[in-house]
Amino acid sequence: MIHIRQLHKSYHTEALPLHVLKGISLDIEAGEYVAVTGASGSGKSTLLNILGILDTYDAGDYHLNGTLIKNLSERQAAGYRNEMIGFVFQSFNLINFKNALENVALPLYYKKVSRKKRNIIAMEHLDKMGLKDWAHHMPNELSGGQKQRVAIARAMISNPKVILADEPTGALDSKTTEEVMEVLTSLNREGITTIIVTHEKSVSDATNRIIHLKDGMIEYETRKNNGVHDTIQPVHNQSV
Amino acid sequence: MFDIDRWQEIWITITHNKSRSVLTAFGVFWGMLMLVLMVGAGNALSKGISSQIEGFATNSCFFASERTTLPYKGFRKGRRWDMTNSDLPVIREKVKELQYISPVLFAGGNDKNVVRGEKNGSYLVKGCYPEYDLIEKSKMLYGRYVNDIDIAEKRKVCVIGERIYEVLFQKGEDPTGKQIRVNGIYFQVIGVARSTSGVSIGGQTAETVVLPFSTMQQAFNQGNIIHFLAATAKDEVPVKVVQDKISEVLKQQHQIAPDDKEALFTMNIEEQFKMFNYLGIGIAALIWIVGLGTLFAGAIGVSNIMLVTVRERTREIGIRRALGATPRDIIGQILSESIVLTLLAGLTGIVVGVGLLRATGIVLSQGDQFFKDPQISFGMAVGSLFILLVIGTFAGYLPAQRAMTIKPVEAIAEE
Repeated sequence: MIHIRQLHKSYHTEALPLHVLKGISLDIEAGEYVAVTGASGSGKSTLLNILGILDTYDAGDYHLNGTLIKNLSERQAAGYRNEMIGFVFQSFNLINFKNALENVALPLYYKKVSRKKRNIIAMEHLDKMGLKDWAHHMPNELSGGQKQRVAIARAMISNPKVILADEPTGALDSKTTEEVMEVLTSLNREGITTIIVTHEKSVSDATNRIIHLKDGMIEYETRKNNGVHDTIQPVHNQSV
Repeated sequence: MFDIDRWQEIWITITHNKSRSVLTAFGVFWGMLMLVLMVGAGNALSKGISSQIEGFATNSCFFASERTTLPYKGFRKGRRWDMTNSDLPVIREKVKELQYISPVLFAGGNDKNVVRGEKNGSYLVKGCYPEYDLIEKSKMLYGRYVNDIDIAEKRKVCVIGERIYEVLFQKGEDPTGKQIRVNGIYFQVIGVARSTSGVSIGGQTAETVVLPFSTMQQAFNQGNIIHFLAATAKDEVPVKVVQDKISEVLKQQHQIAPDDKEALFTMNIEEQFKMFNYLGIGIAALIWIVGLGTLFAGAIGVSNIMLVTVRERTREIGIRRALGATPRDIIGQILSESIVLTLLAGLTGIVVGVGLLRATGIVLSQGDQFFKDPQISFGMAVGSLFILLVIGTFAGYLPAQRAMTIKPVEAIAEE
């Protein structure tokens, strides 16, 4: 599903260019449930943004579902984002002047689905999240957990191949964190590749594979065996 | 571009951001309202002025005798003199550029000089030729004006002004053929005249009794003198030429020094009209300068709000792009929103402005004649709305375009 070879990314600030990703190679197969962890500044959010085609990279290759994601026009990028990727953000990023239903339906608007049809589909997804009764509430009338479930419903509505979640539980208490993780886990069980950036151990433990970044490189990976993560030394040679 | 869905999306964005929308709309509304009011007021002023002078021959000139100020051919200075009937054939013969000429006699509005039964009033009495009606045009409400046969036969007939009719007669009563007493002598009413112009000689047409010139000379013992002379020039001839030639003839006829500027009062209305015309042009120019300025200010307002709006919406734009909106979607949406807002606000401004002008027009219709029928033309309204739309769109395009250069990831990260 996702194949990355020798990915490099620098940010050009006024002082010094900041080398954020220093040659990352990574393969994630369809249906995997992956957490990307690491200290702040390790490059995990940058990696996720590149995976989500929200950001570009300087060198290397990135194939998403067999397509090379490189030098895309804004139009193409928008198209791929719309078709293949569902985003879940830490701060939910709901549009605050649209109600829950309208927020969920928005990706389908850009897919040119008719209003009537997309509202029906959006309602189905909200129902799945147990938020049918909240469909016509504005985001500021919803709790954090509800907002995140609306955001997940929105991410799911265009039937993406991959769900990318950036600190999805960062703004939630532990109880709601559990709820949201249950939702994400059950979505993964339905076969959707799910990648979560997090620094919370409870979240990463829920996934089946942890990729730990340090200073722009993969430090180690663990995979879940019988419900427990074991440590695997880096498998890819990393050229510095 | 024209699918309902898109407009629904735009409408939701507009209505769910009320204060922002109202702010943007108010700028446009205000600009448009000011423009409409100003143009309407300016038009009313121009119309008022031109209605004052329309119906009056613009190619006319006038003469009246004054005391001489120079001695000439044995006559002392300070001599009184009068124009006489014998001047008319000489003028007609010598001034080929002459179109119409009418001598005029005046008789004062003595106390209650016009009487019919128990009703009476004080009005100006004027003796004229039929040609006078071609110089100062009047609309006949009843009957006819003085004609050549009235002059030739010195008939005792009169044309009364609209106001005199109202005073002496019942409403709806046909006054023609009825007798009224003017300065002690009975005359038969042959017509009722209404002024078509704000300009009139001697006094308002509505309050003037017009007699045949010849009748008046004889009936009131005026001999062969003429108080006042009105003349017009042929088309394509500047009235100044006629004015100068008639002056020359009159001075020759009455032994007045050719360089005596005071002895003959003369006025050329063409010059007065020219001044009115310049005034009209001046007003129109002012309207356009101020109007375009207002429109421009409105457009700047729109563009300013658009800039703020786009800045404020960076995050929303980022989210939309993450969800698959293309740059064209975003720019199209922002522009469409501004177009819808501008159109709505602009139309409201026009409607309110036109309504206010209409109300003002009704209030003023009884009173001041210098401010008439304040309104704007339909073309003007549509044109200015279009200009506003174009400028507003163009102004909105730049910030929208700039918003597109921000990467979605940066837009979303922005708090």
